Amino acid sequence: GEVDLGTSIMAVEFEGGVVLGADSRTSTGTYIANRASDKLTPVHDRVYCCRSGSAADTQAVSGMVSMQLGGHATELGRLPAVKTAASLFQRICYEYKDRLMAGIICAGYDEVEGGSVYSIPLG
Amino acid sequence: KVLNVIFTVNLTHLKMIEDSAPLFIREQALNPKPQGGFNFENWHRNERLQNEFRAKGISSNLPKVMLTGTTICGCVYKDGVVLGADTRATGGSEVADKNCEKIGYIAPNIYCGGAGTAGDTFQMKKLVSSQLDLLRLSTGTQSRVVTANTILKQQLFKHQGHISAALIVGGVDCTGPHLYNIYPHGSSNKVPFCTMGSGSLAAISVMESTYKPDMTEEEAVEMAKEAILSGIFNDLGSGSNCDITIIRCSGEVTRTRGFEKPNDTKLLRDKIRHPKELVVPSGSTKVLESSFLKYIDVQDVTAPEPMMI
Repeated sequence: GEVDLGTSIMAVEFEGGVVLGADSRTSTGTYIANRASDKLTPVHDRVYCCRSGSAADTQAVSGMVSMQLGGHATELGRLPAVKTAASLFQRICYEYKDRLMAGIICAGYDEVEGGSVYSIPLG
Repeated sequence: KVLNVIFTVNLTHLKMIEDSAPLFIREQALNPKPQGGFNFENWHRNERLQNEFRAKGISSNLPKVMLTGTTICGCVYKDGVVLGADTRATGGSEVADKNCEKIGYIAPNIYCGGAGTAGDTFQMKKLVSSQLDLLRLSTGTQSRVVTANTILKQQLFKHQGHISAALIVGGVDCTGPHLYNIYPHGSSNKVPFCTMGSGSLAAISVMESTYKPDMTEEEAVEMAKEAILSGIFNDLGSGSNCDITIIRCSGEVTRTRGFEKPNDTKLLRDKIRHPKELVVPSGSTKVLESSFLKYIDVQDVTAPEPMMI
């Protein structure tokens, strides 16, 4: 059936920023569809997200967020806050909670908070 | 009386729809307007029919969807991309097409192999090909493989997996050779080599053991061919011949239908002795009438001067 990311992802903040980590396995049932997948996707220059759950859902959601964040950053005139990115993720994941299976960690660096990590679990 | 009859029939028709279909189906039945895009009305009807049959214990005789129970593969080599595919299309356990073409044109520099429902893969390739055509006209630049990937995955995600198309998109653009695989639910991966379809497990085992980065064209074609042959022989959903498409960084594309034909039945068929009555000699069809049309010459006409105010 659906391609799933049965996954391990994590992020840790430190003073100068964040460290993100993930495994690289994407599986469909017991078959490994991709053994070298990149689950750490950039959403902006200094904001990344770790994706777990349905591959299609998380790829689509992170695509939407990076588009919205890019537009926001252009209007703002400076790099966006990690909190903003996390809010955008939360809005999509909550509004479509019935139709999505996405567990996302949003992490990055901004000037106000320094390194920050936000967890957006299922729903 | 006649009006009464018509009215009754209409009501019955409406009732049939109302009982089991979701709201948007009922609305479509009441207000039929021509809509663009996909229409899954028949899918709902088929589901309903199957449930009704199952409830009544009748075996359904619904036509089986034609699947390309398939082996397709792709790999990136030093100077381009190689795509391979088998040529069997199945409808249930029957071979519907012994020599179908699974690698389709997307752009002069991008080709795409499809596994899954044959109609779905064909339409998706057509869709992305025409969208890229329009984009090329509006941007004036060569299409990029990542564009094809994004358009396809967004379409497939929009339809939430109902479009059963698993695709391998490969091509060369100004940034180099690229290969993507896309699953029916809309997820995609950028990969150096991949396989899709029912024979993907057989093919990936071949590729995993022979792949190395920066191969030559001969090595890459050999690997793709072996991967497809492995699918043809070890998977029941794949068979017949192996098609190969090579897209080179130089821009040259070589499409070979029937690169390798391990299941050629020509020799066997030639041995069959047909009864004389069934062999029609040439010239037996009588020509009743023939007419010829002169070729129409196309001439360039200079455009009229624009009107000046």
